[in-house]
Amino acid sequence: MARAMTSDVLLRPRAGAADGQQGRVSALATGFRADRRRQTIVSLVLIGPLVAFIVFAFVLPLGTMLFHAINNPEVRNALPMTLASLEGWDGADTPPEAAFEALAADIRAAADPKVLAEAGRRLNYEITGFRSLLAKTVRTVRKALVEPARAQLLAIDGNWDKPAYWRVIQRNGAPLTAFYLLSAVDLRPGENGGVQMAPPEERLFLSTLMRTLTISALVTVICLFVAYPVANAIVAIGGRFSAIMLACVLLPFWTSLLVRTSAWIVILQKEGVVNRLLQALNITDAPLELVFNRTGLYIAMVHILLPFMVLPLVSVMKGISPSYVKASASLGAGPVTTFLRVYLPLTLPGVGAGCLLTFIISAGYYVTPTLVGGASDQMLSYFVAFYANTTINWGMSAALGVLLLACILALYGIVGRIVGIGRIVGME
Amino acid sequence: MPVALRRVQIAFCCLAMVFLIGPTLVIIPISFSSANFLSYPLPGFSLQWYEKILQPQPWMSALLNSLIIGVGATLVSTVLGTLAALGMSRGRLPARSMILAVVISPMIVPVVISGVGMYFFFARLGLVASFLGLVLAHAVLAVPFVLITVTATLKNFDMNLVRAAASLGASPFHAFRTVTLPLIAPGVISGALFAFVFSFDEVVVALFISGPGQRTLPRQMFDGLRDNIDPSILAMSTLLVIISIVLMGGGALAQKRAAANRSIANL
Repeated sequence: MARAMTSDVLLRPRAGAADGQQGRVSALATGFRADRRRQTIVSLVLIGPLVAFIVFAFVLPLGTMLFHAINNPEVRNALPMTLASLEGWDGADTPPEAAFEALAADIRAAADPKVLAEAGRRLNYEITGFRSLLAKTVRTVRKALVEPARAQLLAIDGNWDKPAYWRVIQRNGAPLTAFYLLSAVDLRPGENGGVQMAPPEERLFLSTLMRTLTISALVTVICLFVAYPVANAIVAIGGRFSAIMLACVLLPFWTSLLVRTSAWIVILQKEGVVNRLLQALNITDAPLELVFNRTGLYIAMVHILLPFMVLPLVSVMKGISPSYVKASASLGAGPVTTFLRVYLPLTLPGVGAGCLLTFIISAGYYVTPTLVGGASDQMLSYFVAFYANTTINWGMSAALGVLLLACILALYGIVGRIVGIGRIVGME
Repeated sequence: MPVALRRVQIAFCCLAMVFLIGPTLVIIPISFSSANFLSYPLPGFSLQWYEKILQPQPWMSALLNSLIIGVGATLVSTVLGTLAALGMSRGRLPARSMILAVVISPMIVPVVISGVGMYFFFARLGLVASFLGLVLAHAVLAVPFVLITVTATLKNFDMNLVRAAASLGASPFHAFRTVTLPLIAPGVISGALFAFVFSFDEVVVALFISGPGQRTLPRQMFDGLRDNIDPSILAMSTLLVIISIVLMGGGALAQKRAAANRSIANL
């Protein structure tokens, strides 16, 4: 275009025509750009409401949860004067006299005793027994303050003489804390700012994380081995058999999760169909424990997640031309070689998508493990809900949520790099 | 493939079929049992458990709550999801992959985490233990299903039809109503079906943010399974299986129509 214009300009007599052409071209270009801009604006206007809705009803809630994992307001709200008096204290010996006075003053100044109770609960996470110590102290001091405060506090409980208790108060004066996140991986804030492993009897979450990953991995592998021949049959056999088979895969997909879970509880119980059948066939003498333990959990989870493995496999296998297998056979490869060298590699994208989907769904699963698993089969999601609902330890609940989310996003990141997120969810 | 191997495969598939639908079928007869235990052999036939679930409390009110919330969530997610799918299919979108990541994120994050977050956040806004809160929560979690289904339908939609309508003088809205919507309707309907089924079956978020006044059917079943399980749960399950077969048929029909529309559009 540029060269054409230069040559036009060189040809003097046609200069006027060139000007006109240039004007038309730029008008066209402007119009084109304006139209494109308009299109983009229309697109954004169409998408805007959804993005706003998701930000409000999903992103903000998620952000709130993440914030709760590091939020640390309790001690700051309850004991501001104590924290001020501990500034500059080295933490080695018993704190200064002023700290005792300030603590007594904070206790008497609190308009709402609930604030003190919340601080007690927060401190109790770090030193067991702190809650009752503070509650006892609050009761006595609010009834009657006896001077000097130090003597009164020590009379209430000798623990007030220990620097460790004061150090915990001092440390939790910070508005944000890493305590919950560290606890989620069985670490504790150590003395002098480092971290250390939690005492063995309090280590709980790393083993829960390992259990979550182990159960999810095994469920995924079982699903893959069951789903692969089934998906292959659906694609390869065709006709009525395939239609029925596909319907059998889809029906559980559409059936309520709770219906399927209750079905397994009924079937696997001691008096259930499976145990009756095993005894009638003389395979076992006594009923087996099949439910409310790991066995029941695996059976129910494989059942529930199988469609998520079959469907991606079917969609990939449908796209593989039978000629490849025939060509391999005609070139002299046996069935095993053909499968391993030709068919299996072609189905790997489906295997990847199916495994990712199955693993991620089972890693975050709550309903089925809660109802079908035993006490020692609970996964991370159970503890997320447990801390949120039962013990009302929102910080711990949020921190475990962060741990679970981090695992899942890492997996998505890895697989998304390889196949692309859009492809996994079927958008591209 | 060798014939023997194929036979083994077919036998394996039959076992898998039994595994997949057997459990659901086994519980149906127990719902007609005259006894209150959950095992075979059945002592007699009775409709007592169906009478029980037809009582207003607790089952029918739970069903009504689930329907209200399901319909509300379906409306919100279908309208917003369809609009966004139209926007995303027009091409030329700045930061397309980032927008895509945001709009499908509710599907990626485990529901327990979303549930806890909504519990914390909605509590501040007074949306916990309200119908509105549950409708919004279910809608936001169901919207990626709508978006994905409608986007898939729009991929086969010929934009020239809209241009033709515009050249014949139709306003954009008129063209959408009379040309685009009828052609993508099957996709929209299956997206709406997905959204409804999701909400109708959702229990985790309901556990966190529903109050006694919004007790949904899955929540009622969840509590029943945890505390005392009796055949009325199986009677309700049987009804739900029938509903799901109907919905699955509806989904299949919508897909068939989508295929028919594709062949019309390709003529």
